[in-house]
Amino acid sequence: MSAPASASAEAEPDALPPDISKRARRLLFSLVRPRLGSVIVLSLVIVVSACAATIGPVFVAQALDDGLPRAADGDFGALWSAIAAFVASALVGGAASFASTRLMGITAQRIMLDLRRRLFRHIQRLDLGYHERSTSGRLVARQSSDMESVQDFLSFALIESALGILSMAAIAVILVWLNVPLALIVFAGFIPLFFVSRAAQRAQRTAYRRTRTSIAKVIVHFTETMGGIRAVQAFRRQPAGRHTLAREDEQYCDANTDALRGVAWFSGLTRLIGNVTQFAIVIVGAWLVLEDAAQVGVLAAFLLYLRRFYNPLDELVQSFNLYQSASAALEKITAVLDTEPAVAEAREPVALPATGGGERAGGGRGGRADGAGRALEFRGVRFAYGDGPDVLPSFDLAVPAGQTVALVGSTGAGKSTLVKLLTRFYDPSAGAVLLDGVDLREVANAQLRRAVVMVTQESFLFSGTIADNIRVGRPEATDAQVEAAARAVGLDDYVRRLPAGYATDVKKRGGRLSSGQRQLVSFARVFLADPDVIVLDEATAHLDIPSERLVQNALETVLRGRTAIVIAHRLSTVEIADRVLVMEHGRIVEDGKPADLIAGTGRFAQLHAAWRDTLA
Amino acid sequence: MRPLLRFWPDIRARLGTYSLVIVLTLIGNGITLVIPLLTGDIIDGPIAHHNLAGLWAPALAILAVGIAEAAALFGRRMIVAPVASHWEIVWRGRLYDRLQYVSVPTHDAWESGQLLSRATNDMSQMRRFFAFGGPFIVVTPIVILIGTIVLTVMQPVFGLIIALMAVPTIAVIAVFESKYRITSRQSQDTMGEVTTAAEESVQGVRILKAFGREPWMARRFDALAQRLAGLEVRKAKLDSWLWGTILCLPTLAQAAILAVGAWGVLAGWTTIGTVVAAVTITMVLRMPIEMFGFLLSDLLMTMTAAARYWEVMDLPLGITDAGGAIADAPPVRAWRGRVDFDDVDFRFGDAAADTLTGLSLHIEPGRTVALVGATGSGKSALAALIPRLQDITDGAVRLDGTDIRDIPLGELRSLVAVAFEDPILFSATVRENVAIGAPGADDAQVRRALGIAQALEFAEALPEGLDTQVGEQGMALSGGQRQRLALARAIVGTPRVLVLDDPLSAVDVDTEDRVQRELARVLPDSTTLIIAHRPSTAALADEVAVLHEGRIAARGTHHELLRTSALYRDLMGASPTTGPAAAQDSPAPGVAASGAGAMGVAAGLAVEVTEAGAATGCGTAARAEAVASSGSVADAGTADQTAAGGAASADGAPGATAPATSAEGVAGAGVRAPRGPDGASAPSGEGRT
Repeated sequence: MSAPASASAEAEPDALPPDISKRARRLLFSLVRPRLGSVIVLSLVIVVSACAATIGPVFVAQALDDGLPRAADGDFGALWSAIAAFVASALVGGAASFASTRLMGITAQRIMLDLRRRLFRHIQRLDLGYHERSTSGRLVARQSSDMESVQDFLSFALIESALGILSMAAIAVILVWLNVPLALIVFAGFIPLFFVSRAAQRAQRTAYRRTRTSIAKVIVHFTETMGGIRAVQAFRRQPAGRHTLAREDEQYCDANTDALRGVAWFSGLTRLIGNVTQFAIVIVGAWLVLEDAAQVGVLAAFLLYLRRFYNPLDELVQSFNLYQSASAALEKITAVLDTEPAVAEAREPVALPATGGGERAGGGRGGRADGAGRALEFRGVRFAYGDGPDVLPSFDLAVPAGQTVALVGSTGAGKSTLVKLLTRFYDPSAGAVLLDGVDLREVANAQLRRAVVMVTQESFLFSGTIADNIRVGRPEATDAQVEAAARAVGLDDYVRRLPAGYATDVKKRGGRLSSGQRQLVSFARVFLADPDVIVLDEATAHLDIPSERLVQNALETVLRGRTAIVIAHRLSTVEIADRVLVMEHGRIVEDGKPADLIAGTGRFAQLHAAWRDTLA
Repeated sequence: MRPLLRFWPDIRARLGTYSLVIVLTLIGNGITLVIPLLTGDIIDGPIAHHNLAGLWAPALAILAVGIAEAAALFGRRMIVAPVASHWEIVWRGRLYDRLQYVSVPTHDAWESGQLLSRATNDMSQMRRFFAFGGPFIVVTPIVILIGTIVLTVMQPVFGLIIALMAVPTIAVIAVFESKYRITSRQSQDTMGEVTTAAEESVQGVRILKAFGREPWMARRFDALAQRLAGLEVRKAKLDSWLWGTILCLPTLAQAAILAVGAWGVLAGWTTIGTVVAAVTITMVLRMPIEMFGFLLSDLLMTMTAAARYWEVMDLPLGITDAGGAIADAPPVRAWRGRVDFDDVDFRFGDAAADTLTGLSLHIEPGRTVALVGATGSGKSALAALIPRLQDITDGAVRLDGTDIRDIPLGELRSLVAVAFEDPILFSATVRENVAIGAPGADDAQVRRALGIAQALEFAEALPEGLDTQVGEQGMALSGGQRQRLALARAIVGTPRVLVLDDPLSAVDVDTEDRVQRELARVLPDSTTLIIAHRPSTAALADEVAVLHEGRIAARGTHHELLRTSALYRDLMGASPTTGPAAAQDSPAPGVAASGAGAMGVAAGLAVEVTEAGAATGCGTAARAEAVASSGSVADAGTADQTAAGGAASADGAPGATAPATSAEGVAGAGVRAPRGPDGASAPSGEGRT
């Protein structure tokens, strides 16, 4: 019944494999590859914009050194051409910046959209065991705050760092061209810079990983509190919640402070290296000038460019900061994406044999004959959650097509496990579950879900209208079909009384459905889905008995002849079955027609007698 | 700007530190203006005069300035890091705390993802702004202003050129600002919707898998993600206009200064040195002007984040103590536990009609009342009124005659314990989860409560027993297990008033029966309202109230109502008037008839059994009367002794839900006898021996 969480090592969601950064980079490349065209164009635009920014001062110098003296002599040509070139560089620079910002925004958002969709679909593909082990809050954190980190990096940092690196490269070329020995001094500065960067990268990676882990904890606690606000308020848990949040947030705050302080060291040291280099250039440059190995103009230009050379470092530090944060987030995302679902769809699925009723399209059930259910079989099934004890030690069961089977037994007897195997939420540890003789593991997902549908006790509503929620059963259903389904389960009257009827938003106050009504929505979904095998896991627990009967009657009419597995705690639900299975400790202890069992002296007979007596 | 200004008290509290950060920002950015002057000195002095010794002083000054600049940068970041990080968590803490106290109806109106994105995305936006953008947005205009003033002093024409450049810049910024603010707001709201979709897809994963609707949900998500991407692209496009302009205009101003300056030099009203200096200064100013574009978008996004934060902070609490606030731990007085609903109307938020209208219900201290009603009749709504999770629209709910709105919320909720149909466990150990119901409960109390809820056995079998982590971050338990832990939590503190909202719907009949026997035995003094769907539950209560069309339509013991109320018979599945229901009373033929493989109850079956049902229907009444006259059970105290003899129950006495498998079961029959306020067993109306 219970799935052990965080028991095994791979279940620990915060443990990252050692080669995770490599895999995260691979993920990034795989995201960028389809956008290679835009990235190349973008790079060209950035080169243009970097060149325009670098070359500008050259025209200023030309205007001042060359143009002005000549203009004084009456030759305005040089001055005007220098100024015109300068204006042109400004316009080109502005246009390039305009284009690169746009292109970057579009490219970054396309990549983000890819990543969001990929992660979303992967999480949906992951097996239920994974979902039960990891917490929903953590999976939400992967899709919200981690995504935000990646997006910040892509949309702000990438362009800045590319621009920074390019203009540094351009200036480096100019420096070498101006004076080789001085350029070598500048490049010597790269040696300490390299060590500082490497140390920073290591320290920052740890710090940013801590921020991602701790913010996920904050998100988990936040969602838990808001999801359980009724219990929080009823049991006056606010002070305790406040303390927990403060504790989790304190860790996040510390991690963030450490990360930001790491940036302080990194940016302080790089600036120091730059400024010391500047000092060395002044001393050596002045000496070279005095030794007549260099010209004053060269030194002046050198100092001007040196400043510009180190300026992008600021942006690079900022980008590096965002990069570290984004790569920590990408690692977390990669860890989720690299998890293979334990219950995977078959590569080469086997088609289920056609049912007696043939194709059912557009809800036309008229032609469907009785006995269009499917046969089920559990063959030597053993099952345990993770490394836990066997819930089903060795289970064999055959249900012919069209039979309605009720499962009875105390909590923990393995009933829910049985239906989870039947709906392939889990795969058996040994043995096989067969549908019309085909191993469930070989059936294509779409066909399996078409054939077998389960209604659970929890009836989750998605945001949207009531009609939207019923349509979960069959997205292409018409309004009339949706209403017919609602009418069949007795929900129609209530919905019609709502201000906006079927268009009422379930999350808006007017559309608040009681738990019983939510279960009716679940049933309406099944009506639309119209499966061959229907599995009810205590699906009527929140209904009053007349509503339950109405639903059962309706199901009986609509799903006549389908195979049904019903878990029930109420005997009123059981009596409609053709066959009752009483389970205990993962085994069937009684199996027979309800009438036969009632007539006997077994557990079911006792339960039944007790239940009947309450109505007397 | 107002939403941001509302953070002023927090900033004022750290004003000294934050001012220092701003000063360091100013130093770090201003001091570099000195370097061109120093290099100029070197070129004009030592180099021009071939004086190598004279080089050292200005060179060392350059070194000193360089070190000072690096130190200012380092200092600024070091100091601001803990301040901004701390603000982020303080603000999130406040947001969280507000939401903890905001009433349930208000909560229901918000999508959870919207709340989460405000608490995380928006707060980290604020942190980033206060760590970086904030100081710069103060310093940058100062630097630009100083630069402009210097230029104007140098040569008014140059100042004028800069001022002229400012006009289109400001125009672009003004257009940008309004458009960007709208887009940024839409984008942040959409982010909330994306978060909601992500959350729903994870929380509703069982439904999605059960129906194979992953592709459908993925399409919904795609639509939102695409809208978000579209809005972000629109932001980038707006940014591109701003940044393109802001990059272009200063350079054009420089070119203008160059051209005008050249003309001035030729005309003789300025010198070449002034032109060079002016161009150099505009060069230095370019950096802050370019940065201003980024700062502006950052500021606008932060303002949106702040506005979204205050929207939540400004939510009215809704349900509060008489004074309008909510005290955490008010003193708890002694109460008897009489609960009265007097002419209560209740309507959900903006619903069109009342859910409860003119409802009156009185429960004597220590009595157990089962509330029965059709799906959607408002049972849970009524239950939520007692701990004031919802407030009534009209009328009054009273505890011992005092309107519960006059009792401090904390006191009321410590008197009233609730077990919800949808059990909520916290991420904590089993022990902690139970002890939440009675802070300070010791091991014995916790075990006792678990024992009553029939949860001790499975709890002890968990890997770490009662210290096993459960809830969202721990062991996944089954619905029935969660319900029993939630029930143990509700009863551990022996509350004055116990509200049980269908608390055992996911528990098997056997276990439910044991739980209810225990409940009646150990909590004789708690006033209990229990929402029931099963006859077994209703049978155990002292009285049953039937909720129909917003009022209590019938009241009496289970057996009385079975006799007198068609509505009740219907609800309990005992009504002979609805065909299939009859099968309940006479199952054997019914089942035989349904052997054909019907999922529900075949129509034919219904007809067939109607007669039998009618017959047994009369039989039921007859039997009930027999019980009434013979008097079934003695008082609870003697139940154990009389248990063996309580065989009368086999005939349908109130407590006959027992599986009758063991002596224990039979004993229970006696124990479950309805209690009167005096502790004696007195099924009202049915008399006693």
